[in-house]
Amino acid sequence: MIWDIVISVCLVIGAIFTFVGSIGLLKLDTPMKRVHAPTKASTLGVGSLLLASMIHAFVYEGGSLHELLIMAFLFVTAPISANFISKVNLHREDVDPTPPPPGDRTWSTFDTGPADVGEPHHID
Amino acid sequence: MTVTGILDIALIIAFVSASLAQIIAMIRLLKGPCTGDRILAIDTMTVNAIALIVLLGLAGGTGLYFEGALLFAMLGFVSTVAYARFVLRGDIIE
Amino acid sequence: MSRLFRFLLPHPMLSFLTAVVWCLLINSLSLGTVVLAAFLGIVVPILTSPYWPNRPAAPKVGKLIVYVALVLWDILIANIGVAYIVLFRSNQKMRSRWVVVPLELKSPEAITILAGTITLTPGTVSADLSDKGRYLLVHALDTADPEEEAKEIKHRYERRLKEIFE
Repeated sequence: MIWDIVISVCLVIGAIFTFVGSIGLLKLDTPMKRVHAPTKASTLGVGSLLLASMIHAFVYEGGSLHELLIMAFLFVTAPISANFISKVNLHREDVDPTPPPPGDRTWSTFDTGPADVGEPHHID
Repeated sequence: MTVTGILDIALIIAFVSASLAQIIAMIRLLKGPCTGDRILAIDTMTVNAIALIVLLGLAGGTGLYFEGALLFAMLGFVSTVAYARFVLRGDIIE
Repeated sequence: MSRLFRFLLPHPMLSFLTAVVWCLLINSLSLGTVVLAAFLGIVVPILTSPYWPNRPAAPKVGKLIVYVALVLWDILIANIGVAYIVLFRSNQKMRSRWVVVPLELKSPEAITILAGTITLTPGTVSADLSDKGRYLLVHALDTADPEEEAKEIKHRYERRLKEIFE
């Protein structure tokens, strides 16, 4: 019974955060703001649901840990997706004007000089 | 499904809000207005789909849906990156 | 002896990770699974070693674990904060703006982890790197002072990553 309550709490937390992520996607008004809501809320939302599934498996079945794989995968890939989407927004110029980097020439998304096309960016 | 305990109520709440989240993400997908928004909406929809699949596995009490969720996670990430790269470079594989 | 070790395990971390992931995928710890996991952990890195010419510098594992725990805690707090901002603050009142974070980190792995951490935590998304890799462009959802935000990121995460990787 006590475990049922723990699982239920995890489920409801996960559901709320998943929902808030989508609400943010609809409500916020600029493309860069919209990137914030889903990428964060959804990782915790799905993470919490997976935690509930894991506890459920441990209490009622033999136990399983493979939900950890999905969780780890989501936590690793969410920042990369968000970074790519930000780059798309920068590239399409759907954003507020960006401040220039104080020391360097420009941001790498805008850096489309002929010498750099197709080459990886070198970090020295 | 007959409601017998707190777990069932929690499952219903979770199913409803995940489905609503999916619908809201779909509205953003249709509305746009920018390319980045549409890619973001697709990404959110895959994450919500994973949530729904996990909930289905939980409700059915089976681990059979795990592979489906994992496949969704992987394909969702790859497709997001592919869309973004296509917009950024006009080409996916250089 | 060490050459044999280098041949068998060109990337010990990769081998370990492959074995663990295999065990998790099969979802059991029986003898057969562990043997097959060990076999895959040895064979896969050897077969793919031409694609991994350089071995990255080994991070300090103890500090890395502390760092991961800190980041997980921050993610939890950040999510509550972001949920509050999203639900209860109007769009006009959000002070969202760009923040430029100067980087002291040099190694690509450390910069990648820093960018990932920034994206996963309090209302910030890392958007871009400058062409020489010395500045990070970060978008903050709601911040009063960009300078303070950059200082916070440097103090809280970059300092620790510097200790882990350099």
